[in-house]
Amino acid sequence: MDFGNFLAALTPLNLAVAMFGVVAGTLIGSIPGLTATMAVAVLVPISFSMAPETALILLGAIYTGAIYGGAYAAILLNTPGTPSAIATTFDGYPLAKRGKGDLAVAIACFSSVFGGLVGAFALLFLAPPLASVALAFGPVEYFWLSIFGLSLIASLSEGNLMMGLAGGALGMIMSTVGVAEISADIRLTFGSHTMISGFEVVGAMIGLYCIPVLIDMCSTGEKHLKITGDVAKMPILSAARITFNSKFNLIRSSIIGTLVGILPGAGGSVAGLVAYTEAKRTAKPHQRFGEGEPDGIIATESANNATVGGGFIPTLVLGIPGTPPDAVILGALMVQGVRTGPELFQSNGSIVYTFIYGLLIATVLMLPIGLIIGRYAYKSIVTIPKAVLVPTVGFMTIIGTYAIRNSISDVVVMLCLGVFGWLISKYGFSASPIVLGLILGPIAEQGFVQAWTIGAAVNNLPGMFFGRPLSQAIIAFTLISLILPWYLSRKKQIKVDT
Amino acid sequence: MLIKKIAKHTAMLTMAAAVSMSASSTYADSVNYIIPFGPGGESDISARIQQSFYKEKFGDDLVISYKPGGGGAAGWASLNGLNGDGQTIMGVNLPHIVIKPAQKDVGFTTDGIHTFYMFHYTPDAIVVVADSPYQTLQDLIDDAKSKPGGVVMSGSGKASANNLAQIKFDKMADINTTYVSFKGTGASTAALLGEQVTAQWGYTSVGAKQGKAVRMLAVAMEARHPLFPDVPTFKELGYDMVGGAYRGIALPSSASAETVTTWSNRIGEINADPAFRKKMINGGFALLDIDASQMAEFMKERTTEYLMDARAAGLIK
Repeated sequence: MDFGNFLAALTPLNLAVAMFGVVAGTLIGSIPGLTATMAVAVLVPISFSMAPETALILLGAIYTGAIYGGAYAAILLNTPGTPSAIATTFDGYPLAKRGKGDLAVAIACFSSVFGGLVGAFALLFLAPPLASVALAFGPVEYFWLSIFGLSLIASLSEGNLMMGLAGGALGMIMSTVGVAEISADIRLTFGSHTMISGFEVVGAMIGLYCIPVLIDMCSTGEKHLKITGDVAKMPILSAARITFNSKFNLIRSSIIGTLVGILPGAGGSVAGLVAYTEAKRTAKPHQRFGEGEPDGIIATESANNATVGGGFIPTLVLGIPGTPPDAVILGALMVQGVRTGPELFQSNGSIVYTFIYGLLIATVLMLPIGLIIGRYAYKSIVTIPKAVLVPTVGFMTIIGTYAIRNSISDVVVMLCLGVFGWLISKYGFSASPIVLGLILGPIAEQGFVQAWTIGAAVNNLPGMFFGRPLSQAIIAFTLISLILPWYLSRKKQIKVDT
Repeated sequence: MLIKKIAKHTAMLTMAAAVSMSASSTYADSVNYIIPFGPGGESDISARIQQSFYKEKFGDDLVISYKPGGGGAAGWASLNGLNGDGQTIMGVNLPHIVIKPAQKDVGFTTDGIHTFYMFHYTPDAIVVVADSPYQTLQDLIDDAKSKPGGVVMSGSGKASANNLAQIKFDKMADINTTYVSFKGTGASTAALLGEQVTAQWGYTSVGAKQGKAVRMLAVAMEARHPLFPDVPTFKELGYDMVGGAYRGIALPSSASAETVTTWSNRIGEINADPAFRKKMINGGFALLDIDASQMAEFMKERTTEYLMDARAAGLIK
């Protein structure tokens, strides 16, 4: 990692490629359904003719841009553009509803850049030791991590816990439809060939989040989002002030994002959710999460961009993709003829370090690019007449859902879930527990089955589930996050009573 | 004013649509190469390696798209409904296309898939970490004999190439190991490296990627892999095991005999290119040349073996 590699990352070509990657990634990521994985996969062929380090910079820049771009739709349309941005909707959309969409977009940009830098610096300085974290995580730890994620349902649905639990259970049942990932059983298809593919998470997410918003847009006459400030002026300074005043949240969420990114099999959606839970758990009394609290956006957006650098750690050190886009990037390197795996750092150190500097540069470039595109995105959504906005967004949801698996039935499922989501929202149900169940269900199931098989083989099931220090730590965190809010509100109640 | 506004927004809409479409489109003269899995897997990587050689040799673009779902079933069930003019081809995997329809009605049959070329396979291999006490295959067998079920092996998927290899080898060596299915080879390798399991039923491609971090005890090939001259084959050690995850390409059933021959020759030509071979071998793949004329015999042999092993293990009825 010498200065030469830094200069190599600064060649005009590498800079141009980083800039192009961030712009393309942000645009693609902002469209619901077009995920970071898709953005990288679609643009991989462009990279074949490039030198390996330039190709890597391009793909890394697209990836990080796409993760950030997912925030636009989350904030302005209540639809996560990528699964990583699920928790961004929780506070981003309420903030936008209150007329501060531009502020929310700018906060997301600052947080994403900060998180992205933390992840990239971890990759630069701590990659080999952190890679061992990925390996220490066994099936049982994934099981407990997903249980921890599911505990978020409790804090998401304060006041109507039963509804939240019902939604979570429904999501988990939906996740079992089709061919089971690790047992190869074909479940709950009721003889239908269509259902063999199961529910596609991104498509389901678009249906459950976006379609209700579109229906509501049609049913009311008022503007989609209130406008309070000057549309042409982005509140950059106040966004920066709000973001960097939450130093502690910013740093904690970025570290969570980096660590979760390192775990193959978790990814940006889990990172964002865990960081959000932690931010909410440690909230100050005046903060109202779920109603447009900037700290919610800061936590999610810094965490999900931190997973980019974090995910590259096992990818580059071990040859094991940390996240799905990393798998595509590893494949592109193989096509280039670069040997990946543990020998990559030794035999191709200059490629790796040039790339890491390139990723850092791309992350910094995301600040101006993200603010400019963000302002344009905000301006378009608030000024376009509804008569144009609704069909445009509707069209994009259909194309986006179709593109994930080239499947028309996914579109039908998405629309049905959309109507279902709209109906239950009228009865006070939230879609988020369903989506949490859908995402975390398979991780929990796989971890459980694998841990049980291994535990039974070594004749130590209790030790497998409860005896490992890492598991114990995750269990402790889960208990704290479940019991603490209940205990605190009890204490408050007693005070009021006496 | 309003018209101007609408025109502007329509332009934006078109741009967004163009971006969206590029994810799933096919261009006029290009060939649509559908992979029935998501991007980033070994089927995708080997197709990507073919992609650049195809363009170089035949001038047209090979556009790769993905249709994942149901462990490949969604793609294969749709294959025969596609246009058979030779502009659309689809990746095919063994043992998947044999095992899936044998489990349940999944919308396609093994015989209904018209595979015209099997171009490579990733040979099965038993992999252990570098500091494992198992130096040889015999060490693993001895250990497994001393504690039935206590040797835990990771692998990718159930009723998959890895799983069938484990079942077959357990029978041959008269041992009883525990197989733990993971989602993909990456996850199964991570479990091995983190020593969550004792050994892995993996592929030669794991050895190629992991280098000195792992040791392969044996590979399921006719002769040793050029990348690993020191690793014995199962055959050398007295176990008649040759196989792995096979990958090929199919056309819709409506394709004419002429189209099938043309395509079979094209893929054969790419397979014969020394630069292509070198890339594939460095990735740990083993090349295979089963063209359209040899396919029926090859498929019959494979199908019989897979179904027998899977039935014996209770994976199918």
